[in-house]
Amino acid sequence: MNLFLVLEQALNGLQLGVMLFLMAAGLTLVFGIMNLVNLAHGSFYMVGAYLATYFYQATGSYLLGVSLGLAGTLAVGVAVELVALRTLYERPHLDQVLATFGLILFFNELAAILWGRAAIYTTLPDYLAGHVELFAGLRYPLYRLVIIAVGLAVAGLLWFVVARTRLGMLIRAGASNRAMVAALGVNVRLLYTLVFGFGAALAGLAGLMSGPIHVVQPGMGELILIEVFVVIVIGGIGSIRGALAGALIVGMADTLGRAFVRPMLATVLSRTAADTAGPALASMLIYLLMAIVLALKPQGLFPARA
Amino acid sequence: MNSRIRAIVPAAGLVLLAAVPLAAALLDQPFYLDLVRRIMIFAIAALSLNLILGYGGMISFGHAAYLGVGAYAVGVLAHYGINDGYLQWALAIGASALVALAIGAISIRTSGVYFIMITLAFTQMLYYLGISIEEYGGDDGMRLQVKSQFPGLIDLNDANAFYYLVLAILVLALFLGQRLVDSRFGMVIRAAKSNEVRTRSIGFSPYPYRLAAFVIAGAVCGLAGALLVNHTAYLTPEFMNWTRSGELMFMVILGGMESIAGPVLGAFALLLLEDALSGWTQHWQLVLGPLLVLSVLFLKRGLAGLVFAKNE
Repeated sequence: MNLFLVLEQALNGLQLGVMLFLMAAGLTLVFGIMNLVNLAHGSFYMVGAYLATYFYQATGSYLLGVSLGLAGTLAVGVAVELVALRTLYERPHLDQVLATFGLILFFNELAAILWGRAAIYTTLPDYLAGHVELFAGLRYPLYRLVIIAVGLAVAGLLWFVVARTRLGMLIRAGASNRAMVAALGVNVRLLYTLVFGFGAALAGLAGLMSGPIHVVQPGMGELILIEVFVVIVIGGIGSIRGALAGALIVGMADTLGRAFVRPMLATVLSRTAADTAGPALASMLIYLLMAIVLALKPQGLFPARA
Repeated sequence: MNSRIRAIVPAAGLVLLAAVPLAAALLDQPFYLDLVRRIMIFAIAALSLNLILGYGGMISFGHAAYLGVGAYAVGVLAHYGINDGYLQWALAIGASALVALAIGAISIRTSGVYFIMITLAFTQMLYYLGISIEEYGGDDGMRLQVKSQFPGLIDLNDANAFYYLVLAILVLALFLGQRLVDSRFGMVIRAAKSNEVRTRSIGFSPYPYRLAAFVIAGAVCGLAGALLVNHTAYLTPEFMNWTRSGELMFMVILGGMESIAGPVLGAFALLLLEDALSGWTQHWQLVLGPLLVLSVLFLKRGLAGLVFAKNE
């Protein structure tokens, strides 16, 4: 096996992992703090991708498109929290799942009405297109490196905010005892709205960065959402550290599995058997991984403190 | 009064359902026969989900998996030229029970939101498995050339006969479901839902009971899958799509979890609503989505709760 190929696929895995982390961070924060299961988190991913594409095409500036896309997703997230989800915090998980499932139908259809059902392909500005030569013989797309850098920077920033700032202290306090924090005079409702909005914006960031790599279309959020569920189940629901570990594990396993399971099987099995079993096994890999983790640690790798 | 309503409503429903083929023939609208048959098949699936969701408190977001496994069991046998219905349906029930056993054994060790996400993730795994197997049509799925054969007993190509078979299975499932939840086994399941600690302290370990209920629900849903593939005459991985699982959950919640017949009501309400909305606008999901949100927020005991007053 070619070492460069392995390295390239590992970088792809890192890039996917970083994307998954951006999604998982918001989802796991909202669950850890508000005890809310939000299926519509994938919708913010889609909203971010559509808005950024729209503003980029309207203004002609990629950076402006990205900024407006992020601000727009934040606004949509805050609006959804205020209108629909605020009443759901005290309700059973079942109600939350169903209500947010209803929201998904709504958002997907709205996107289809506004921008059509067909997939939209987006382009990159010249300064982000192109390749970088990492080593002699290994050229890697600049844009994917940018994604990795942005994702790691956001992870660092998130750690700093949660662990080192007053806001982060309030967030952690709100997670462990809501009533006590409210009694100390903190506006918990506002805090929740803020956390939800920023979680949505992180999902939007992941969505708008994925736009030029994949395609932008209605329903794009749900495919990644289910992978994100695998991430936070593996990492431990409610834990940001777990979300990061889970995201990197799932990103790597999925990417390397798709690239190397078939050729590895081909060395043991016949070629046709490998061609049949390889893709099937690769597509099931992260779910099998989840099953193994759960069999050993039902609360995930980094259980959040109750 | 209340008990009289409880007796009259199901009987009236049964008479209505039995009259559908006649009405469809008189109105010359075979479409309605098709529609109601499809709804009844989903009602069987929703009813099986309610055994674990409503009575067991296990929020399975992956029940469409068994619909898919049941359908694929029939489809795969037919693919190899085996059209014997007894064999096909037995495999559909057996295979979905086995898959439910594997998924349940892992998921039931967890609870709460983990359970929701894990059942969803495993169903997604089966969905991707269906997509990746080219032999069975991959993404496109495959056509069921010949319907399940029950020589001497029933011909599924006869639309009326097939309709009454589905109705009979639905009634049987309702009857057996009621017997099951009233039995000692059902009481343990319900006890474990309402208070796990007390259930343990009187000497019942919930795990094996829950797992058994999970497997029964999977097997019944597998039978619904076998019916569904005969109804549509094709199958695709879309049978296992996660939105399908969500719809099944909605049928249960919309109809009401507190009675065995609630999900049947929910299946009729949701699918008739879908049919009406999609005839009205192609963007029916834009209307359906918020309606679902509102029904969760305001219709806490489901449609059955509107018909029957709470008896406690």
